Order: sequence, then C-alpha cells, then structure tokens
Amino acid sequence: MELLKYISRRVLFIFILILGITSMVFILTQLVPGEPELAYLSQRNLSDKEVVAAFRARWGLDQPLYIQYFKYMENLAHGDLGTSFRTNRPVLVDLKQYLPATIELALVAIIIATFFGILFGVLSATWPNSFIDHFLRTISVTGVSIPSFWFALLVLYVFYFHLGWSPGPGRIGAWSNPAEPITNFYIIDSIIQKKWDILNESLQHLLWPAIVLGTFTMGLITRTNRSSLLETMSMDYIRTARAKGLGKLAIVTRHAFGNAFIPVITVIGLGFGNLLGGAVLVETIFSWPGIGMYAYRSAVSLDYPAITGVALLIAVNYVVINLIVDIIYGIIDPRIRYQ
Amino acid sequence: MIITLRNFPKDNILFLIGVLVCMLWIIIAVLSNEIVPYDPLFQTLERRFEPPSFEHWFGTDTLGRDIFSRVLVGSRLSLTAGLLTVLIAGTIGTLFGAVAGYYGGLLDDIMMRVSEMVMAFPAIILAMTITATLGPSLYNTILAMVVVSWPNYARVMRSMVIHVKQNEYVDASRTLGSSKIRTLLKEVLPNSLGPVIVMGTLEFGNAILIFSGLSFLGLGAPPPNPEWGSMVANGMENFGYWWIGSFPGLAIFSVSIAANFLGDGLRDYLDPRLRKTFS
Repeated sequence: MELLKYISRRVLFIFILILGITSMVFILTQLVPGEPELAYLSQRNLSDKEVVAAFRARWGLDQPLYIQYFKYMENLAHGDLGTSFRTNRPVLVDLKQYLPATIELALVAIIIATFFGILFGVLSATWPNSFIDHFLRTISVTGVSIPSFWFALLVLYVFYFHLGWSPGPGRIGAWSNPAEPITNFYIIDSIIQKKWDILNESLQHLLWPAIVLGTFTMGLITRTNRSSLLETMSMDYIRTARAKGLGKLAIVTRHAFGNAFIPVITVIGLGFGNLLGGAVLVETIFSWPGIGMYAYRSAVSLDYPAITGVALLIAVNYVVINLIVDIIYGIIDPRIRYQ
Repeated sequence: MIITLRNFPKDNILFLIGVLVCMLWIIIAVLSNEIVPYDPLFQTLERRFEPPSFEHWFGTDTLGRDIFSRVLVGSRLSLTAGLLTVLIAGTIGTLFGAVAGYYGGLLDDIMMRVSEMVMAFPAIILAMTITATLGPSLYNTILAMVVVSWPNYARVMRSMVIHVKQNEYVDASRTLGSSKIRTLLKEVLPNSLGPVIVMGTLEFGNAILIFSGLSFLGLGAPPPNPEWGSMVANGMENFGYWWIGSFPGLAIFSVSIAANFLGDGLRDYLDPRLRKTFS
C-alpha cells in the first residue's frame, strides 16, 4: 500500500517534470539572440521579410509563446512531439531511429562498468590500504577524472590508427551492411537473422566506445562499493563473523556485500540514466548514430522541437530508472519504508 | 571542521599531490602570459605540425603555434570557468538547500521538486542548448554549467541542515531570542558546510571536464583563445599528429584528477568514520 502510494506520487511527478522541462525549453527559445531562422535560412532569404514570415508561420513561431506552448502540450498529449526543423520528420520517428544505438551502447557500457566496479570495490575493501587497494583506487579515480573525449581520441589513435586492433568509428564497418532492421538493435537483429559475421563485427565496433563510456561509471561504482563495504565492515556482526574464524574474502562477499549493496545500486541506476543521456561526446567521436549525436546536432542548429523531445525522453527515463531503483531497495531490504 | 595546518592530513600522499598540482596550475594560470616561451597566438605557417622537440616541447599545431605555450595559457580559461562555476553554483545551491532543509514543510517539498527537475534534465544537453542559444562565450558557458550543477549542492546541503538543526545548540540559540534567519546563518549553516566543501572540490574537477567537453564540441570560449578542449578537438581533426590533442588533454586530466585527490582527501579528513578500517 505504502509502495503503491509512493509509485503514484512519482508518476504524478513525471507529469510535473514534463511541464517543467517543456516550459524550460520554451523559455530558452525566447532568449535572444538565438533565432532558429538564422540557422535555417540562407543570408539571401533572411533579408526577404516574406520568406522569414513564411518560415515563422510554417513552424508556428509567429504565435504568442503561450499559444505555442498550449499547442505543443496538446500535441504531446496525443503522443506527437512535433516536427524537427532540421530533419523535417516527426521527432518521434527520429528518436525511434536513434534510440536503439544508444541503448545498445549504454547497456554494454553499464555491464562493463558494473562488473569491474563491483570486482574492484570488493578487492579494495577486502585488503584496504594494501598495494592492490591503492592500485585499484588509482584506476577508479582515473576513471572519474579522465576527459572522455580525450580518452576516446587516445583509444582511436592507439588501437585503431596505430595498431589496427580495433575497427574504426561507427556501428559497423563502412563496407558492410547491417542485418535487415527489425528492432534496430544490431546485435539482436543479427542474431535473429543468424548473421554471425555481422554480429561479430557489431560487437567489435561496440567494445571500445562502451569501454570509454563506461569508465566514468566504473570509477563511481568502485568508489561507492569500497566505501560502503568498509563502513559495513565496522559492524558488530562482521566482528562476530571474524571471531568465528571466517576468512576476509568470505566475510566481504557473504556477510558484508549484501548489506553494503544499496548505495551501489543507486550509483548503477543513476549511472545508467546518465549513460543514456550523457553519451554526447563519446557518440560524436565514435560517429555513433545515437541520441547523444542527435541531441548535439539539434542543439547546435537550434532545433527546439528535437531538443525538447530528447530532453523529455532522457528526463522521464531518468525518473523511471530512479523509481525502479527505489522499488529494488524495498525488495532487497524489506526494512526500507517509502515516504 | 576547522582546518588548521597542524592537523592537516599529511600522511595522505595522494591528497598532497592534489594540493601541489592544483597550486602549480593556479601559479601557471596567473603567470602564464609572463612565462610562455612563445606567443600562443603567433602563427608560423612554415613550421606547422612539428613534433615535440627542444625548441617546441609539445610540438606545433595546424597553424604552427607553439602547443606548450597554448597549454600554459589555456589554463586561464579552464581554471576561471571551473572556479567561477563552483563558487556561483555552490553559493546558490548551498543557500537554496539550507532554506529548504531549515524551513521544511511545503516550501521544502516545492524547492526539492524544482531541484529534481533540473537534475532530471540531461545536464550536457541543457548546457549545449543554453550555449547554442546564447552564443558561445566564456560567460554563457559558465552560466550553463551553473544552471546544471547547483542542485547537487542544494541536495547535499539540505540533508546536512536537516541533520544539524536537531542539535541542542540550535534550540538554545532560538531560545536566546535570535531570529530564524539569524540562527540559520550563524549556527546551522557553518556547521553544515563540510560535505559541501568536499563536493565543491570534486565539482571543480567535474566543471573543468564539462567545460572542456563543451569547448571540444565548439560550444565553449570562441577561438583563437587557447582552450584545452578545443585544442583536443583540433587534434581530433588532425588525427595523425598525436601531440596536438594529447598534451592539452593531459592538462585537463591532471587538473581533474588533482581535484579528485583533493576532494577525497578532504572527505576522509572530515569524515573520520572512513579513516578507521579493519585490518
């Protein structure tokens, strides 16, 4: 009951969030000097008042702001996110096309980050202040401080340009054709159609962007897991376990880990939410046709319908992931109360 | 939480490295115009793409400019952006969080929903949109970064204030007749600042990463000002010449890792629970 009430409150918040985000973008559109027509009309057309007026009328920019806003919300209620200035297609269609690439990348990244983050955290906390602890902490702090775009550049330079071990940018080689799009997830599509060489190629293309993207989250997970484990290690029941004669690794993995896991789940959940939205730099460098790249192109060309669409998608997704994380808390630790 | 030189965490090597690297960069940023070997804007087109040598320690770029000098001068923009962002966002966030946590109730509810909303809005996309709309300039980029980062401080501050305001000395201050706002500013705020300071240090590194990321995308300070992120972008366009992008990237990395060492050290120091580990 308590949980239901909590969930319904969060769902209500999603509606408020949608209102907030759309109005933020609408307020932004009113700030000078960013005028979309400057980005879309040629110099010649800009001096022609009629063309400018037609452009503004075509996109409803001639209406007062509140009417534009109501119109947008009305369309949104019908599941219509408007039409992109830039691609001239419904934003929803654009998002559907770009989203699978991002989800594929973010999922592999979060799997890598979670696996190594938890492994490193457990090793660090089992032998604190040892050589291995210092070494792994250095890796984790490197992970959170290395500029992703620079890391990507180094990876491409060393592994692609110099050693030729990794394929170039993109989801698939320039000379290969992806499997027939069914889901637009290259991995799933190639498995369904049993095109194993395509699957292999897609996985190779995924690996490095996913590592670059996941490094930051890996560092955060390692750090959180380590400190949360160490805090748990000072509890009485851990002393009891030690008194029974259990080894360190057994104590950490069997007794401490479960109790220290809640903060780690938070970081994994937030990290995944951020990966879906924060892949702008990595996607741009690896020419990865995902949401991040779409967002970047939309932002620099002041394509407000597209920006609003991306922002809504990522923000709602972020809140939903948080909600799922909160529900998982309750399953792991029944003592947790929702309020 | 008074930090004196005597009880400073001297045994933490990484913390000391962080302090030293940050101080070094601040000195470089202040003196850069005096100590650079070459004019960072001076183009020598016949000496383009020269690899690192004794003459040009970090080589030369696409226009024959000395990369070492550009990296040194580039510290000015990055550090200014990082510091201003942390100071402005930190102040706004701290006050916001303090008010929400101290007054509680409906006000707290509304204020926290507002901060959640900003946090849910994808930071880099919001920042990109703001800078693309207002036009790329140092101050617009800083404005964008402040908008996306203040809620972090607000949330940390709020939870600290809720904790601190239950102390008896806060009640005592109220009983002695000091007003709510005075109690908040004189008693609660100073005692809640610890975690916010740690956060500010970590966020400084983060701000430099975001700033250089935006510049990398062409949304930071406009050229020809030397800026680390746009220098890495220049290296990306001239892929075969590794030195063009590597050295500025290394500079970003050194500042952000130093900020992390600093923040981690401060946190361990302010939170003694993390210091005692079973052995």
